[in-house]
Amino acid sequence: MKHLKKGEGGNRVIISVIGKDRVGIIAEVTTILQQSNINVLDISQTIMQDLFAMILVADMNESKVDMAELKDLLIAKGEELGVRIDAQHEDVFLYMHRI
Amino acid sequence: MLTMKEILETIRMVQEENLDIRTITMGISLRDCAHPDPKVATGKIYDKVTRLAERLVVTGEEIEKEYGIPIVNKRISVTPISMVAEASDTDDYVIFAKALDEAAEQVGVNFIGGFSALVHKGFTKGDRILIDSIPEALDVTHRVCSSVNVATTKDGINMDAVYRMGQVVVETARRTADRDGLGCAKLVVFANVPEDNPFMAGAFHGVGEPECVINVGVSGPGVVKNAVEKVKDQDFGVLADTVKKTAFKITRMGELVGRTAAKKLNVPFGIVDLSLAPTPAVGDSVAEVLEAMGLERCGTHGTTAALALLNDAVKKGGAMASGYVGGLSGAFIPVSEDAGMIRAVEEGVLTLEKLEAMTCVCSVGLDMIAVPGDTPAETIAAIIADEVAIGMINMKTTAVRIIPALGKKVGDSVEFGGLLGKAPVMPVKQASSSLFVKRGGRIPAPIHSLKN
Repeated sequence: MKHLKKGEGGNRVIISVIGKDRVGIIAEVTTILQQSNINVLDISQTIMQDLFAMILVADMNESKVDMAELKDLLIAKGEELGVRIDAQHEDVFLYMHRI
Repeated sequence: MLTMKEILETIRMVQEENLDIRTITMGISLRDCAHPDPKVATGKIYDKVTRLAERLVVTGEEIEKEYGIPIVNKRISVTPISMVAEASDTDDYVIFAKALDEAAEQVGVNFIGGFSALVHKGFTKGDRILIDSIPEALDVTHRVCSSVNVATTKDGINMDAVYRMGQVVVETARRTADRDGLGCAKLVVFANVPEDNPFMAGAFHGVGEPECVINVGVSGPGVVKNAVEKVKDQDFGVLADTVKKTAFKITRMGELVGRTAAKKLNVPFGIVDLSLAPTPAVGDSVAEVLEAMGLERCGTHGTTAALALLNDAVKKGGAMASGYVGGLSGAFIPVSEDAGMIRAVEEGVLTLEKLEAMTCVCSVGLDMIAVPGDTPAETIAAIIADEVAIGMINMKTTAVRIIPALGKKVGDSVEFGGLLGKAPVMPVKQASSSLFVKRGGRIPAPIHSLKN
């Protein structure tokens, strides 16, 4: 994943998609981000225990929606696609794994 | 550099292992609300609580959304009401409990703690009135929690208070018998009570605390259990280290949420309570953590040692994760709120005596325990005396939250639902403790109180 340092314009969001793999998941998620003017910084994906897991890091500095709205958009999309999509502020991960 | 593995680990903790922030608790001083006219005093209390906590629930929900970490409870603790109400010209403090209840309802918190008194060395007028008011107060309110501190290491045990609390517990059970004695689930008797505890039912806002403060209680038995299961065949050094590292990660979440909440609400951040607090949900059990260490059932031989390791490792990991640690800090072992504990009691492996031994090495005490409905007040008082003696001698906090289940006997259980769960009725000794608890006076402080 990209270097993410604390205090680096820290308005980054980590979007996770977990579920059964299918065509077009990334396209659907990034479309929502594009419409909200959210810039994708990094994407990585893996298959764990036959589940598809994608982690996407994006910058919300210029975003047209706030975190709560983005979450609602993504959760609704997840339900439509049959996968679990969540968005969390990156501080959660930095705080937990970095002293 | 955050790795995919780390990100997925955090997500798994929340989504699968029940990691949550158990409570953000706003402590509010009511010391400036005293007034000779109780109506004026209760009006001031209502106004102050609703003003300061107006945005507490909304802020909690905002943080939940932003970070994707559930914050299960938003709560309030206040200055012990015995001190606030004492100046009022009344011999009934139920009106104060009602004011707290209404304020809690108005701001949307599920519990408000602080219908409390500290009587470890004796009673003032306000203390007596408050204790006399507890049964009715817990009967007629929904959200008010009550606690009474009856002992400290420095002062000994106020046995008059212990006996009185035995009677109050029985009376509270009687008044709320139609709800399975629910009032007793909101009443705690303490030794060495901490003044910054964010957890209910024992939370109050101590006299050394600031005007307003945010304290946080974290929880994650499910996360710890899964981590422990991964080191099944390894030695105790590895086991303790695993718990430490996991506790660190859990506590970091509490620290982040607490600091964020304090900043958003513009009040100082107090402490993180490093606690493993179970819920009745499957996989969120402290008993199951102990079982994952290699015990067939919680309560069997080795349980006290396992709990000692767990409790200490949680503190070591958590202390590094937070700037300020306080409250109860350690593993909670409530019976009714923990699916593994309930199972162990039902199978007859976990007994009252073993629980008492376990309280010597963990952070609370005999918690959410149901006993037969015909248990005399003197026996309840003696159970309290035993538990606070453990706290007094070991220089630690202990507490008793016990529910006489009216009309029920061993084999039955009381059901509260939600976070309070269900408690199987446990047997108590039939031999009387009556003459002992009725002696009155104080059990002197132990010699190690003379430290200066």
